[in-house]
Amino acid sequence: MLRSRIIPCLLIHKKGLVKTVKFKEPKYVGDPINAVKIFNEKEVDELIVLDIDATKENRGPNLKMIKNIADECRMPLCYGGGITTVEQAVKIIGLGVEKIALSYSALNDIELCQQIGDIIGNQSVVVVVDVRKKKLFGGYDIYTHNGTIKSKWNLFDYIAELEGIGVGEIVINSIDNDGVMQGYDIPLLESVREKCSMPITALGGAGSLGDIKKMISKFKTIGVSAGSLFVFKGKYRAVLISYPNRQERLPLY
Amino acid sequence: MIGIIDYGSGNVQAIATIYKNLNIDCQVLTRPEDLNRAEKLILPGVGAFDATMQQLIDSGIKKELQNLVINKKVPILGICVGLQVMGFGSEEGKLPGLGWIPGKVKKFNKNKIETKPKLPHMGWNTIKDVQNHGLFEGVDHDFGFYFVHSFYFECDYKENILTTSNYGGEFASAIYVDHIIGTQFHPEKSHGNGVSLLKNFASL
Repeated sequence: MLRSRIIPCLLIHKKGLVKTVKFKEPKYVGDPINAVKIFNEKEVDELIVLDIDATKENRGPNLKMIKNIADECRMPLCYGGGITTVEQAVKIIGLGVEKIALSYSALNDIELCQQIGDIIGNQSVVVVVDVRKKKLFGGYDIYTHNGTIKSKWNLFDYIAELEGIGVGEIVINSIDNDGVMQGYDIPLLESVREKCSMPITALGGAGSLGDIKKMISKFKTIGVSAGSLFVFKGKYRAVLISYPNRQERLPLY
Repeated sequence: MIGIIDYGSGNVQAIATIYKNLNIDCQVLTRPEDLNRAEKLILPGVGAFDATMQQLIDSGIKKELQNLVINKKVPILGICVGLQVMGFGSEEGKLPGLGWIPGKVKKFNKNKIETKPKLPHMGWNTIKDVQNHGLFEGVDHDFGFYFVHSFYFECDYKENILTTSNYGGEFASAIYVDHIIGTQFHPEKSHGNGVSLLKNFASL
């Protein structure tokens, strides 16, 4: 049986690993390579690594850093941050990364998804969509640059376009729930699931393994990603890299 | 020495790292004239069928592989699209495959997959033995392996199937003919199970 994927999401800021709350207050939680080593031992399903400085600083991906991480990873790795060209994507795949994630650059030029997919295969193209609830009338807006710039795209138009291209996966990242650890935005994910048939990964809000179990029992096959849950322990948010082992994972499916 | 064939497709480095950590002699080989130095070969592969075949042809590796694998019986392990090219061809493309293992590559039938997402078949799936083979010694079948693909290898003969997995029906997840082996999953990204499998291949 195909299992749902439980995926730690690591944010890179100023070369260190950080965790944010609602995309703000980045708290330093350690060294990325050290975290990867721990996640190897825990046999995590996949890993997402996002460089949250690249787009904001208007620079490309740090290939040296990506290589160091990829060399260490014994699980499938998805990298995102600052990718704006086919050449960059091809280089990153060549470093031993399975999937590349686009966010701002896909919103800016959706054809880039197809151009990259033509070379590295559509299954390796992931699109991360950062969404925030509209303040007044319901619905959601898409944001870029760490939640600071609102995109003109309508969320569901955008998803329909991505489905048409056939990208490998979309990560729906809830800015409102980021770091809050009170559960995923299930209505948001339900509405996205209803509109497309490509693989979805939910990000933003997981506070316990119970939140993950709830997602899996609701959606059957889904990617469930989390940051805080796998880097903090207890209500005082002490830094501790963790992940459920094989036995602890069984009751979640 | 295990030779990992680097023709511009597939995750060569991850396989090399695993062998390095196991202290098993391995080299990444890019030129066709280097392939005969290896006692065993690994053919990775990622991406579209025709693009992969074309890279094998253009690099001169296809011709050398036919000589080494068919005439000299050098053992080979194909991974993902590296397995798919071992058949006669694929619904995904027009080019003929290497023709080593009787069968054809087909697309999963979306209608048989009951829940969303439909394709690709991506993530960790279990495997079931069809026959015993040293390749799977010490492997936890229920933990399984990491898959990412939308096409699968349909064997003409059941005796070529080593393991099956299930995604909208059973499909062959590992196949073989004599010294030619292929896995649809990615051992290089499958933690301890993948390490065991690559180690077993080295000592077969």
